[in-house]
Amino acid sequence: MLDRVIKGGPKYWGWLIFLAVMMTIGFIVYLYQFKTGLGVTGMSRDVSWGLYISQFTYLVGIAAGGVMVALPCYLHDYKAFGRITVLGEFMAIAAVLMCLLFIMVDLGYLPRIMNVIMYPHPKSILFWDMIVLNVYLLLNLLIGWNVIAAERKGIHYQKWVKVLIYISIPWAFSIHTVTAFLYAGLPGRHFWLTAIMAPRFLASAFCSGPALLLIICLIVRKVSKFDPGEKQMRTLSGIIAYAFILNIFFFLMEVFTAFYSQIPGHMHSLVYLFAGLDGYGKLVPWMWAFAVASVVALVLLIVPATRRKEDTLLVACVFVIIATWIDKGLGLVIGGFIPDPFDKVFEYWPTTPEILIALGVWATGFFVLTVLFKMAVSIKEEVGA
Amino acid sequence: MGVDRRQFLKIAGLSALAGLGAKSAFELLAPGKVEAALPLMEGKRWAMVIDMRHMTEDISRKCKEACHQVHNVPEFGDPKVEIKWIWEEEFGHAFPDQESEYVADEVKHKDFLLLCNHCSNPPCCRVCPTGATWQREDGIVMMDWHRCIGCRFCMAGCPYGSRSFNWFDPRKSPKDLNPDFPRNPEFPTRSKGVVEKCTFCDERLAKGQLPACVEAANKIKKESIIFGDLADPESNVREALRKHFTIRRKPELGTSPNVYYII
Repeated sequence: MLDRVIKGGPKYWGWLIFLAVMMTIGFIVYLYQFKTGLGVTGMSRDVSWGLYISQFTYLVGIAAGGVMVALPCYLHDYKAFGRITVLGEFMAIAAVLMCLLFIMVDLGYLPRIMNVIMYPHPKSILFWDMIVLNVYLLLNLLIGWNVIAAERKGIHYQKWVKVLIYISIPWAFSIHTVTAFLYAGLPGRHFWLTAIMAPRFLASAFCSGPALLLIICLIVRKVSKFDPGEKQMRTLSGIIAYAFILNIFFFLMEVFTAFYSQIPGHMHSLVYLFAGLDGYGKLVPWMWAFAVASVVALVLLIVPATRRKEDTLLVACVFVIIATWIDKGLGLVIGGFIPDPFDKVFEYWPTTPEILIALGVWATGFFVLTVLFKMAVSIKEEVGA
Repeated sequence: MGVDRRQFLKIAGLSALAGLGAKSAFELLAPGKVEAALPLMEGKRWAMVIDMRHMTEDISRKCKEACHQVHNVPEFGDPKVEIKWIWEEEFGHAFPDQESEYVADEVKHKDFLLLCNHCSNPPCCRVCPTGATWQREDGIVMMDWHRCIGCRFCMAGCPYGSRSFNWFDPRKSPKDLNPDFPRNPEFPTRSKGVVEKCTFCDERLAKGQLPACVEAANKIKKESIIFGDLADPESNVREALRKHFTIRRKPELGTSPNVYYII
């Protein structure tokens, strides 16, 4: 099966080489960070998590979002999605891999990572996150590989794969719920201390994941003979629309609680993000970009004409990804640390080494994604699906 | 736990040799198991009462110096990467939930000494994935710099900003700011990439000594900082708490801090 990965045109190889270069740069800069210490990043005593952990959080969403293809297919017998479930699973593999890498580059003492298993501490949500993410990775590897292998041979996949598929559906919900619990259970971090954190995470996962998948489907159709299908993409766009509306709705609920109650701790992070606090406001333009992107995406997704038209749908998906990325991949984690426990503002901004390492991890994910999709799509072309 | 680093390594090493594995070393070292054999100063629930009426800039500075010297806390000269076990903060920042425009003048601009609160219900211990930070039976929230993986979950979990991370190697801290680092050869220096904080001077308690900050403060003004056993109704801290009205930082969070302030 893997032999299909080494047969490709110049564009395919050019893309892989580009990613490999980014990975190499990221790795070399990581060695520098490993040797010097995490002080080379923009993180500080006050904002002790930054770009790495926020990317991790965002990508858990992308990973969980893949289930929005599997769920209608297997639980609602929506057969049309059968063509693309494996694409959702392969996207989840690449995303979880990036999550694990982002955790690893964020650790101060990476060689001790096995302490999490050697001295398990089940009271810690991080312990459970480690378990749910690794199991989810394993589930998707087993399911994706066996489903596509069976498709190649023109047979139905084994019964035990079906069992794993049924396990993987609630498991996708678990990875993002547990990841939300990392934040939602901390006393004194008012911005995160909200029962709606897990629902928010799931809503943003179920729009950003399918949005990315839809963009990839459009690319796949352009560069290969495999067509993910008109009907499939239309259903996906409906899912994205509902999930994105929910995502924004949940966000506005947070805004209401904070500002109607007027409790300073609940308001301050939002004030910092959207207006600046004590004269500091590095994230203000980003958060307004989030607001604008959200409105554009909402309009394009709600109006049937623009949702059904492919080029406007593509624009909507790009804006969904931009909006959810700023919201979760930037504002949520950093905003939670500002103001700090002393009600002071100490700002954070990623440094060049930090950005290069993050790009290296993203490149690794896209490398794996490209290779897996190449394999899946080649097989689908061969069997003429 | 009443073992110092050398003993910790010895027990861990011996049990590994004996084929007990790391797990049993951990069990051996679980709070309360080895304590009895070691010369621990008696105490069931350590607490500190800081008498702000007596505190001066001079005392605060001396406390900080004493602590950071005895624990080899490096100075980086940059708030972004600074490490602090004990430090000063104005009333409005130490007690942001008590902030008011009309706080008494003498309180408003007074430097409050802040340190780890050694909470009875510590969120940092709850969130640590490896048990590198844990609570002893006598209430002290400990830190094992040899187990910490540097995930910094405890820093997000602590509502008091009491935890510092080694963003750089402390042994490579600027020479001009740390001319004779490490100043205390008896105490370990940390490696980069681990979290550290105040441990109520567990190493001094084990020798029957008071914490370094308490000793430094009382040298200048007697009883400006009181340290003792909260579980003993006759103890000095209980007496101070009976006699004076005290406040704690963010008690509404349910962490139950064990550092009290007499205003």
